Amino acid sequence: MSTVLPDQLGHFGRFGGRFMPEALIAPLDELTKAWQEAMADKEFTDEFERMLREYIGAPSLLYDATRLSDVAGARILLKREDLNHTGAHKIRNAIGQALLTKRMGKTRVIAETGAGQHGVATATACAYLDLECVVYMGEVDTERQALNVARMKLLGAEVISVKTGSRTLKDAINEALRDWVASVDKTHYILGTAAGSHPFPAMVRDFVRGIGDEAREQSLELLGKLPDAAVASVGGGSNAIGLFAAFIPDTDVKLYGIEPGGDGFETGRHAATITAGQVGVLHGARSFLLQDEDGQTMESHSISAGLDYPGVGPEHAWLAETGRASYRPITDAEAMEAFRLLSRTEGIIPAIESAHAVAGALDIAKELGPEATILINLSGRGDKDMDTAVSWFGLIDGEAAGRE
Amino acid sequence: MSELVALGKAGAAIRKANADGRGALVGYLPAGYPSYDGGIDGIKAMIDGGVDVIEIGLPYSDPVMDGPTIQRATEIARAAGLRTRDVLSTVEKVASYSDVPVLVMTYWNPIERYGVDRFAADFAGVGGAGLITPDLIPDEGAEWIAAADKNELDKVFLVSPSSTDERIKLTTAACRGFVYATAVMGVTGARETPSDLAPPLVERTKAVTGIPVGVGLGVSNGDQAAAIAAYADAVIVGSALVKAAADGPAAVRALTEELAEGVRREPSAAAGR
Repeated sequence: MSTVLPDQLGHFGRFGGRFMPEALIAPLDELTKAWQEAMADKEFTDEFERMLREYIGAPSLLYDATRLSDVAGARILLKREDLNHTGAHKIRNAIGQALLTKRMGKTRVIAETGAGQHGVATATACAYLDLECVVYMGEVDTERQALNVARMKLLGAEVISVKTGSRTLKDAINEALRDWVASVDKTHYILGTAAGSHPFPAMVRDFVRGIGDEAREQSLELLGKLPDAAVASVGGGSNAIGLFAAFIPDTDVKLYGIEPGGDGFETGRHAATITAGQVGVLHGARSFLLQDEDGQTMESHSISAGLDYPGVGPEHAWLAETGRASYRPITDAEAMEAFRLLSRTEGIIPAIESAHAVAGALDIAKELGPEATILINLSGRGDKDMDTAVSWFGLIDGEAAGRE
Repeated sequence: MSELVALGKAGAAIRKANADGRGALVGYLPAGYPSYDGGIDGIKAMIDGGVDVIEIGLPYSDPVMDGPTIQRATEIARAAGLRTRDVLSTVEKVASYSDVPVLVMTYWNPIERYGVDRFAADFAGVGGAGLITPDLIPDEGAEWIAAADKNELDKVFLVSPSSTDERIKLTTAACRGFVYATAVMGVTGARETPSDLAPPLVERTKAVTGIPVGVGLGVSNGDQAAAIAAYADAVIVGSALVKAAADGPAAVRALTEELAEGVRREPSAAAGR
């Protein structure tokens, strides 16, 4: 199944496009051509699917979460992307783009990472496919996520700590783009989310859309029908677009993107780009972003490093504007409550990113009623978030009951 | 070439220099660096030192085309609270100081946020000559092109060593003033060795357009300026001037004079223009 959008220049309505230095336009054209040819080449897609199956364990399970359903008051299905190799949906995109890198005859890969999940996925794909790998990571994040830095190094990647700007994810992207302008002959930039300049939003979507394609088939098998709603967290938006893509033509299936509400929308400390941002241009595309009156990018805030990004992929902006999907924020506190709820009712510790989707689904369940079936993309596992959970809940030693 | 060339204000200044048998000098400094007033003094020092065209940088949070020197300078300007309106007032003060055309080099989002039409009108109102837009390609630039045409502002787009001949044609057709040829595949910043990518890029560009070609990225001294002036219409210098600006207007003026001397060497090369 193919989606009509974007147009040839990467526009989803008024969103998307290419706001990039001219130096990268010809390489982006080459990439677009290589990607389109690869997706039309059965040998390439077969190889990609074989790797998904044999290496990352796809299709991931669709799990009928009966105890969580009891609490939620509607039937909840979890798409278990947390069970993929490396623990999140990100590996699908990393493997797809790494395979494309080989096909283009390039030998070096660069990537940005915030929490480190995409960096680890890319380092893994590069080890698997024998590619040189350099990961840019904000200095603040290298300190917060030392374990993921160690994982990337063990996998053979070089990790470069970015000390410019706010020293977080957006600056890691800036630095990766600076590298790419100077190295594009031999280097492919594996962008980690369905954002950025054309063809990245559409290409990343195509590499992760297996999430929704599988879940749609699994739902039909399990229920004999489609779910009433599909719910996913949205930072840059790759796990959400991966889930939504298959369901966009199924207009009876409601689509919900859950944005990181941080300390609360009203505090200004959040990363709810669609809910609270304005239209602008960042990192190569027009979309919603958090910006000040002068169009300077504002810093975002979320307890979930993977959602902590002031922009969002252009297809989400388009889905929001057309009303096909709706977007709403969940606060750090609500997400952490859902994090604990899923752990205790199902024995599944989710990534805090995915916990946002669970929290959002609890509200949606109330709105849709007990007959509804709600599909949640459980995009990642929570091992990486244990330090955050320890301090949030006060889990170690005499820290009493924390926020019990 | 006999075709009608969209020289605009910056192009006219460049052609005037070329008519004198020399390359033109385009000098860049960001607004607000090292301070608001210091930035204005630095730009005036470039004018006193002999630049033909001024480029004022609009500091932006995510400058993907800039190397460390300009990143740091624009971070300092932003940290001190510089606003878009302060860039406009800087333009106004510099434009009233001399007849040297004043361009602003800006990433796209601050202009989109200000309102493209409103910016074009306000910018023309304070005496600005045009914009250099490093992350806006003509393919996405319809709104800016219309606003610039309405307000008779220069539109300087970029060509790169990676640009196809087809893209060079499309890009130069959208330019007024000059076209900015990036000498290297990379970001702004001084470089030791001359680029071997720039001469063929200039040659390919001149094959399809009569608009002046300025070469930038990596130029830092009089010798490099002389070497580029031998084959390009204008030499663009940024990071080296930004480094000098840290030492004050006298240092900016001294470097500008050296660069201005550089573009005046090799008079024989100008005959080919």
